[in-house]
Amino acid sequence: MQGGNELDTGLTREEFLRYSRHLLIPEVGLEGQKKLKNSSALIVGTGGLGSPVALYLAAAGVGKIGIVDFDVVDQSNLQRQVIHGSTTIGVSKVYSARGRMLDLNPDIQVNTYNEPFSSENALRIAKNYDIIIDGTDNFPARYLTNDVCVFLGLPNVYGSVFRFDGQVSVFYAKEGPCYRCLFPEPPPPGLIPTCADGGVLGILPGTIGTIQATETIKMLLGIGSTLVGRLLLYNALDMTFDYVRLKKNPACRICGANPDISELIDYDEFCGAPGHALSDENLEEMWLISPHELFKKLSANEDFLLLDVREPHELEISSIKGAKQIPLGQLASRINELDKNQEIVLFCKTGNRSRRALELLTSMGLNKVKHLQGGINAWALNIDPSIPVY
Amino acid sequence: MKQVTILFFATLRDMTGERRIMKMIPDDMLIAGLKDVLIEEFPRLKDIINSVIVSMNHEFAFNDAPIPSDAEIALFPPVSGG
Repeated sequence: MQGGNELDTGLTREEFLRYSRHLLIPEVGLEGQKKLKNSSALIVGTGGLGSPVALYLAAAGVGKIGIVDFDVVDQSNLQRQVIHGSTTIGVSKVYSARGRMLDLNPDIQVNTYNEPFSSENALRIAKNYDIIIDGTDNFPARYLTNDVCVFLGLPNVYGSVFRFDGQVSVFYAKEGPCYRCLFPEPPPPGLIPTCADGGVLGILPGTIGTIQATETIKMLLGIGSTLVGRLLLYNALDMTFDYVRLKKNPACRICGANPDISELIDYDEFCGAPGHALSDENLEEMWLISPHELFKKLSANEDFLLLDVREPHELEISSIKGAKQIPLGQLASRINELDKNQEIVLFCKTGNRSRRALELLTSMGLNKVKHLQGGINAWALNIDPSIPVY
Repeated sequence: MKQVTILFFATLRDMTGERRIMKMIPDDMLIAGLKDVLIEEFPRLKDIINSVIVSMNHEFAFNDAPIPSDAEIALFPPVSGG
């Protein structure tokens, strides 16, 4: 007799039943299912992309799954982050996700890392896994994930999304290009909006994340043609899938002929901005205005221009009376509409875009400018409860 | 001179106001030169052009790649959301 319920085939009776549909596929079969059971995968981020990846890898029976995230579940996550639920709002995402994964499949091991994935911990965490899935939401974290995978010789199953557009590939420097081969330098900070500022169709990370999970399973099983050396570009609005054949960049700074990056670096500095919301910590007070200060200014009828840099369709959600509206993307070309000598107070949804606008205007010689801390959401919470936070 | 087709994707469509344009370019023009031409025509591309994915006839194209006649060149912006 074998110990416990394990048969000498390597799977328990329960597992035969659970994975029956896999065992019926010749490309998976018993051998493949045992491979998955003995495999491990690290998912960086348990947000829009990480949710379907974690669910499907758990369901597929990947034996050891690590999940990294420092965030807690928020109401605004649930439109797309389907691993979490209303009952786990306020709970750390990794614990919320683990609960759902173990409910789906109690036979796997789920390791949680309730911390930001950083240059300090990334190698220590990632070295215990066979494959890494990039479900992060910012450029610094993507360069970090890439570099960790190159140094450890691991495949990096990459996915990213914005509005209706998604990209997927498998970056595996041993066999093909890495993320840096495609993107040697990050875009200027603030030029590419985040999903928090620009939005994303809730289903989009579901589509991209399930493709990432598919590629992960294939890589672990060693079957099929993977996205190593190919970038898949998906547009949900047009329902188009485009492929771009990729090449290794001989001049790549980490996997090229003469690499000059040999250890993890400061990725916030490299990308010119922190991965997450811009902090106002380093900004001098003269550039800032709190919701209460703005309220006083408006009540006193002071002479200044209140400038809303959000997109026109956001005005339907909330607005502050008397504000002029120029979206951030049009600000540079419409600068002549502004009076250099008039004081300007900028605001957006949470303070990210108005901070960029502040930098833009000051670089163009306008110096009597401030931006509203926390944006119109902070205004809604502190001054005007009649408008929604979004 | 030779003719090429240039396709813009995602946010690049908002930046240029175009989805697809045809262009006549000098025979010896490389991808880097084409980027300069596009910046001149669409100044909003200036800051982002070095971060976009350039695909030529469905193959990733580096700056030093020559451009064949009737090439289809697609530009995709980087995205980072997750």
